[in-house]
Amino acid sequence: MSRSSVPRVRTRSAVLASAAVAFTLALTGCSSSDTGSVSADGKITLTVGTFGTFGYKEAGLYDAYMKQHPGITIKENPTTVEGNYWTALQTRLSGGGLDDVQALEVGRISLATSEDLAGAFADLSDAPGVDKKDYLPWKWDQATTADGKTIGLGTDVGPMAICYRQDLFKAAGLPSDPAAVGKLWAGDWAKFVEAGKRYQAKAPQGTYFMDSAGGLFNAVVSSSPVQYYKDGKLAYKDSASVKTAWDLAVKAVQGKTSQGLKMFDTPWQTAFSKSSFATTVCPSWQQANIQQFSGPANKGKWNIAQPPAAGNWGGSFLAVPASGKHVDEAKKLVAWLTAPEQQAKVFQKVGNIPANQAAYDLPGVVDYKNAYIGPDAATGRIFSTAAQAIKPAETGPRAGDLTGAFGTGVLLMEQNGKNPEEAWNATVRQIDSTIQ
Amino acid sequence: MASTTAPSRNGPAGRQDTQPPPARPAGPVAWRSRLHRWDTKGTPYALVAPFFLVFAAFGLFPLLYTGWLSFHRVSLYNVDRAEWVGLRNYTDLFTGQVSHYFWNALLNTFTLGVLSTVPQLLMALGLAHLLNYRLRARGFLRTALLAPYATSVAAATLVFALIFSPEGGMANWLLGLFGAGPVHWEAGRWSSQFAISVIVTWRWTGYNALIYLAAMQAVPRELYEAAALDGASRWQQFLHVTIPALRPTILFTVIVSTIGATQLFGEPYLFGGQSGHQGGTDHQYETLGILMYDQGFHSSMLGRASAVAWIMFGLLLLIGLVNALITRRLRGSQ
Repeated sequence: MSRSSVPRVRTRSAVLASAAVAFTLALTGCSSSDTGSVSADGKITLTVGTFGTFGYKEAGLYDAYMKQHPGITIKENPTTVEGNYWTALQTRLSGGGLDDVQALEVGRISLATSEDLAGAFADLSDAPGVDKKDYLPWKWDQATTADGKTIGLGTDVGPMAICYRQDLFKAAGLPSDPAAVGKLWAGDWAKFVEAGKRYQAKAPQGTYFMDSAGGLFNAVVSSSPVQYYKDGKLAYKDSASVKTAWDLAVKAVQGKTSQGLKMFDTPWQTAFSKSSFATTVCPSWQQANIQQFSGPANKGKWNIAQPPAAGNWGGSFLAVPASGKHVDEAKKLVAWLTAPEQQAKVFQKVGNIPANQAAYDLPGVVDYKNAYIGPDAATGRIFSTAAQAIKPAETGPRAGDLTGAFGTGVLLMEQNGKNPEEAWNATVRQIDSTIQ
Repeated sequence: MASTTAPSRNGPAGRQDTQPPPARPAGPVAWRSRLHRWDTKGTPYALVAPFFLVFAAFGLFPLLYTGWLSFHRVSLYNVDRAEWVGLRNYTDLFTGQVSHYFWNALLNTFTLGVLSTVPQLLMALGLAHLLNYRLRARGFLRTALLAPYATSVAAATLVFALIFSPEGGMANWLLGLFGAGPVHWEAGRWSSQFAISVIVTWRWTGYNALIYLAAMQAVPRELYEAAALDGASRWQQFLHVTIPALRPTILFTVIVSTIGATQLFGEPYLFGGQSGHQGGTDHQYETLGILMYDQGFHSSMLGRASAVAWIMFGLLLLIGLVNALITRRLRGSQ
């Protein structure tokens, strides 16, 4: 008994010791294997975090850059929905794990340039090859902090047009030529809602004039000089544009001219292929969605017209987190990606209108025509004219959240059967509870 | 086991101890027996240590840290800058700005819990009872029970979201066969909660059925034979033999399911698509878990989210307490 107990003690303590070693290794494993993003042959890997469609891969820009810079490999980490992307980005800002380049949506830029967050990003105004004059001035200013640090370079802006289904307009007895369609509602969003009533009176069975009254709401607010903020303060309750937009959305809902879809959600995507609505507000980036979701079967049925008022919906920036391992290389990459030539290529590939106004003069931009949406329409001219006509509105740290809250507020009427007053109160309550 | 007073086999030839204590034999034997004593006393602790170390690092510390955060105003992107606000986060939830959503979420957690737990356990009992008989392909059927449980929440929820889709979903098509109008499942309070509880029920029924089945196998066959001789039908056998024998198991599954229901998050979150983070446009199926996520990661108010986390923790402790009381009562009555 005692003889056998000696080796047992040994084996057991050996097992224990090795378990302890394994355990410690497991705990420290993650840090010891971390050799940075420089591989053995001295190559640097730059990661780019994006959402939606930035079009760099589609336009072959990463490949072109890697060819020019043999020491650099670029990896994109794309997310589909911006809300999810932003949530993850916020977590990583405090916890680590940021990409070398991070895209920022315009609704977040004010928060990103605030005192709280600006320190997390590198200054891009001195990046090689960056010329402030190239960028739309208001776009440049949006990403610049109070003390003059530019934390993001504009990738694209969201000048709005209206995309519409030519065949459905014809069937409902409305004009279908882009110029005539634009005249239907020129100068006033209220006329757009009126056109909806005319459409609905003779609409082909099961179709609606617009996809979502929330889209209309956002379009009206987006084309107003005063939106949710005034003099640095949240002022949505007294904002004339918010009231006008809300009333028009109510009209659209009550006139049943909207299909009541939640934008970007799956049913919204499938409705494109089912041809169940005739118009959608069409910021330049929307072209990619229309083409993708409507599918080849609907090619040639969409067309594009001037909006009731010029406005900007969306558009993004590229920023470089200051904590990155390769800040200088990342800054170079961002400067190159947002340079006029590259922005023009992205525009031609996926339709994102350049934030770099020098790109407008390049061939293939102003004279651009979209083969899928109204091949005869002067798409490039419509968008670049609208982009230059945009009057920048004051934005604020929680602009992105407000857009979301009002989109939901309109849905409360469209999907949950609330009356306008209930829906408004619920929206206000939502905003009050989210913004401290 | 050798005792500590075992006589020395090596004799006095060992090391010369200046003052050999009488109770402790000298030499390697003493060393060995001391080792042995440590072994018997220490080894169990050493073996369980990894669990408790990991628990302390990933369970206890986050719990305490969350508790500390819940007394602060702190934003997700600036965790280092926390401002002490005392009980403010809790009062916000109970009576303040967010109270509307908090009580709504608490109620939803309860209704969703009942809607999914009750049918789930009843169906599991029935299924287990059927599978306890001699059936052809019994082994296959028993394995098949676990298939839904093995499916990921995301995959299951996406499929069910399609089934309950307002446009062209299978649920509305079925209703149409009976002449009932299409339902906008996601928009209504009860319809959406029903749809979500169908997902939960689908995923967990088989899992619970297997637990019941295991417990049923332990019920002596003679009891059934005796009952059958007395003329009891299968239903009566189920009621009067199976159920009483399964009582502790049923209690266990009720507790586990209740805990699961309190933490319900994935199904409603994914079911809601774009508005999943707030449990539907009208918060119609927002659970406590979703409220915590929405406050913390969507509105980036980490302090308030931590307060929700602690309230959920308190609720679970309460459930555990009730469980302990009922178990004691049950044991007492036996």
